[in-house]
Amino acid sequence: MAHAKPIATLRTAAGVPVGRLAMWWLLASEIVIFGGLLVGYIIHRNGHPEWAIEAANTNTLAGAINTFVLLTSSLSAVLAHQAAQTGNGKRAARFLWLTILGACMFLVIKSFEWTHEIQLGFTLTKSGFWSFYYCAAGLHAAHVIAGSIAMGVVAVDAAKGKELQRVEYVGIYWHFVDVVWIFLFPLLYIAK
Amino acid sequence: MSATDHAHDDHGHHEQQNFFLKYFWSTDHKIIAQQYMWTGVFMALIGGFLAYAFRMQLAFPGKFIPGFGYMSSLEYNAAVTNHGTIMIFWFAMPVLIAAFGNLLIPLMVGCDDMVFPRINRLSYQVFLISAVILVSSFFVKGGGFNGAWTAYPPLSANSDYNMAPAGSSLWLIAVALEFVAFLLGGINFIVTAMSSRAPGMRMWDVPIVVWMIVVASILFMLSVGPLFAGAVMLLFDQNFGTYFFNPERGGDPILWQHLFWFFGHPEVYVVLLPAMGMSGEIIATFSRKKLFAYKTLLYTVFATGIISFFVWAHHQFIAGIDPRMANVFTVTTLIISVPIAEMCFLYIATLYGGSIRLKVPMLWGLAFVAEFLLGGVTGIFLGASGADIYFHDTYFVVAHFHYTFVPIAIIGFFMGFTYWFPKMYGKMLNETLGKIHFWITILGFNMIFIPLFFTGMWGDHRRIYNYSHFPDLVKNGIMQDLRIMATVGLLIMLSAQVIFLMNLIKTALSKQENCGPNPWKSNTLEWTAPSPPGHGNFAVMPTVYRGPYEYSLPDRESDFWPQSEPPDADKQA
Amino acid sequence: MIESFVPQASSFAAEIDNLILLVTVITMAWFVAAQAIFFGFIFKFREKPGQRAMHIDGYKPEHKRWITYPHNAVLVFDVIVLVFAVKAWNHVKIDQPTPNTTVQVIGQRWAWTFVHAGNDNAVGTPDDIKTADELHVKVGDIVRFEGTSRDTLHSFSVPAFRLKQDIIPGRVNSGWFQPTVAGTYTIQCTEICGIGHGVMAARIVVDTAESYATWMAANAPSGT
Repeated sequence: MAHAKPIATLRTAAGVPVGRLAMWWLLASEIVIFGGLLVGYIIHRNGHPEWAIEAANTNTLAGAINTFVLLTSSLSAVLAHQAAQTGNGKRAARFLWLTILGACMFLVIKSFEWTHEIQLGFTLTKSGFWSFYYCAAGLHAAHVIAGSIAMGVVAVDAAKGKELQRVEYVGIYWHFVDVVWIFLFPLLYIAK
Repeated sequence: MSATDHAHDDHGHHEQQNFFLKYFWSTDHKIIAQQYMWTGVFMALIGGFLAYAFRMQLAFPGKFIPGFGYMSSLEYNAAVTNHGTIMIFWFAMPVLIAAFGNLLIPLMVGCDDMVFPRINRLSYQVFLISAVILVSSFFVKGGGFNGAWTAYPPLSANSDYNMAPAGSSLWLIAVALEFVAFLLGGINFIVTAMSSRAPGMRMWDVPIVVWMIVVASILFMLSVGPLFAGAVMLLFDQNFGTYFFNPERGGDPILWQHLFWFFGHPEVYVVLLPAMGMSGEIIATFSRKKLFAYKTLLYTVFATGIISFFVWAHHQFIAGIDPRMANVFTVTTLIISVPIAEMCFLYIATLYGGSIRLKVPMLWGLAFVAEFLLGGVTGIFLGASGADIYFHDTYFVVAHFHYTFVPIAIIGFFMGFTYWFPKMYGKMLNETLGKIHFWITILGFNMIFIPLFFTGMWGDHRRIYNYSHFPDLVKNGIMQDLRIMATVGLLIMLSAQVIFLMNLIKTALSKQENCGPNPWKSNTLEWTAPSPPGHGNFAVMPTVYRGPYEYSLPDRESDFWPQSEPPDADKQA
Repeated sequence: MIESFVPQASSFAAEIDNLILLVTVITMAWFVAAQAIFFGFIFKFREKPGQRAMHIDGYKPEHKRWITYPHNAVLVFDVIVLVFAVKAWNHVKIDQPTPNTTVQVIGQRWAWTFVHAGNDNAVGTPDDIKTADELHVKVGDIVRFEGTSRDTLHSFSVPAFRLKQDIIPGRVNSGWFQPTVAGTYTIQCTEICGIGHGVMAARIVVDTAESYATWMAANAPSGT
């Protein structure tokens, strides 16, 4: 169905494009989702010093590499935004695909890491720590996947020079996914 | 506005759509509003039927319930659980926030649709799926979820305890999906109201109901996250045997209570505010008065919203939280009574000096304030921690929150529906039938819950399927009499809805002429659009020149002054 | 109000009842006044032919004070309620007077087990007396209870004592009470705990000193 944008979408009484405004509100709701999960985790972690022994079994190196991969992918998201601002949709799309490549690398490393941990017997039900570990990192991974799909859709449009403003919005989302990982990495990997 | 022509192009295009596209695949906010509304009303019928079944069981324990059969203890628990869940998440939320939010926000801020119409459609579709999942959970092996709408683990987490393995997971999935639907809808509401206001509409020119729905959406967005995470965790506990809420290996059941009530208390205000806002619109229109101290009212809304994040643990006073914490939450809980009381004062003050027309929507709007007052003051008993030791989990609590939720959801639905019915369908409802329906419903409602204050005060605790197991709760005959009275009240209230249905049918069949754009002579922008508004809402996109409540200005002949009427048009007239 | 149906049988029952009475008086006074003004306005300012509504925006000081006064009054009454509520709460839930005896309250689906301390006033010793669904205490004794659950949440509630405490698996939620009137009272479970929640009742028997001694002697585990 052909879809013409309503007048409502074109107005900016708030002084901000509607897409960016909506993205910030979306992030606000995402922050409280992760906030609730992490506050629950931190409270439990403080109540259970013995979880440090469990946490020692996480693969800090893999986590660190993944941090590097995600940060790098955020850089390419910024470059995509920059390209979109100059109106170069093709270049923006290329950088978005590069970002998606980073996301895929992140997921591949993560799946090797998890496979290894599960083989060692550190499963979801081993203890409260591993429940939180898989749940928090899993929820984050779901966001990585969702962000990649969104970027793919935007990249296809951007390559045709359409909806270039969306490059910025998926970029904001991607930085958020990145920031969540910045919180998860020390909480789940480094705190031993 | 250069974009005006553009909307007209779309208009012609729309009328060629077939029935399915028009009613099931529409991105038009008015259609989506009606989808939400009628789905919500349908779910309310299910919730009402469950209420009928368990009230019959309480009044006549162990007897055959017509239309249901004999009720077991487990069925009773499932009925109570799903009654609560449905009435809050599948009736109050979709009708008050989603239906009226969808209907009113674009019309009242003077634009043609939501900012993201397709996300809006997606929101309803996710909601519909969640409703289907919830209803289907009644029919799986083990029956529907029976761990109370608060779903406290370990009962909710362990199917050995609740004996409804599939029902509890489906219930949880349905609730989580419903949250997703309202998050999508909420973003739309907030952005539309922030960004797509008509030219000239400043912050203080936005009708109060729009403000309240937006604040409610923000409250929802900022409070539901932890419970969403909690729902994922509980789902893991149920199905993969994790230990988030299981104390055997380091989990903690209290964590769920915090996650639940951190959302659960703001949720009360999420559904309260839209109803409060509609009541304000109606009181202003039918008393021909400017809302008393609009800005103060708005500040009370903000204050309520902020404080509502700091009161949640008053649901857990006796749950084993640190008793010193309880004192902190007693303070915040009593503080929140101030802005809520002030809202009621402002509405009462609005009536002062008015010219009050007791039309059906006004009756509902006033009944909302009158009944909500009782719900409000009885909350003080429960917020006062010392008294809550006795009242916690008794029928006093049940009566209290029904005195808030019934005005919010049921009275709120009827006031919005009767007030905006002419706008939605272009016809006027029958006043006489409307008044009969109003009085019988109100009578039935009070007859249900006034007795329950007393049974609760005298020791009836909640979620008990048969009080004859507690000799001191049946030994004096009056307790059972009060329970029967409440059930009779419910039967009266339910049967009154037949009159409402008759009114709808009579109005639908009547050949009355179109009621015109502004039958109530109201000021807000939706009344300048045709009734019902076409695709694109306004023939000419409106511009706003003044606040929404300029009624009965002394120097003007007409006693109302629509927001979009240019100032000089008045002089010419 | 409450005591006409539910006896006051503990040392703090009267305090809680008085708090409830205070809240009732305050809230009902507000409620009646608000409703009177509300309906008074509806009647007084009903539509009359030829009479227009006033135009009041509510910001003028002489208008706004009609909101400010009740606003301040609500605050004052809130403080009054708060003081007495916190006082009652601290008495019941925070102060822990030295107990004369201790009892373990164990909830499990859907029955109560009580472990009485016996003569040595300590639980976990061989002279403990274990009972199901019947708790014995001596009138006037300050009893410390330690509640725990074996499965789901339960709540230990004795309406005649105005006492309620959730009990939770993996935790010990303790508290105290001092029965003041001999008799038999109902213990309810007030937290939904599954299919048998509606039948999870028990009795608390408040014995006189003599009958308590008799009961202790009769139920003392053999060998102590």
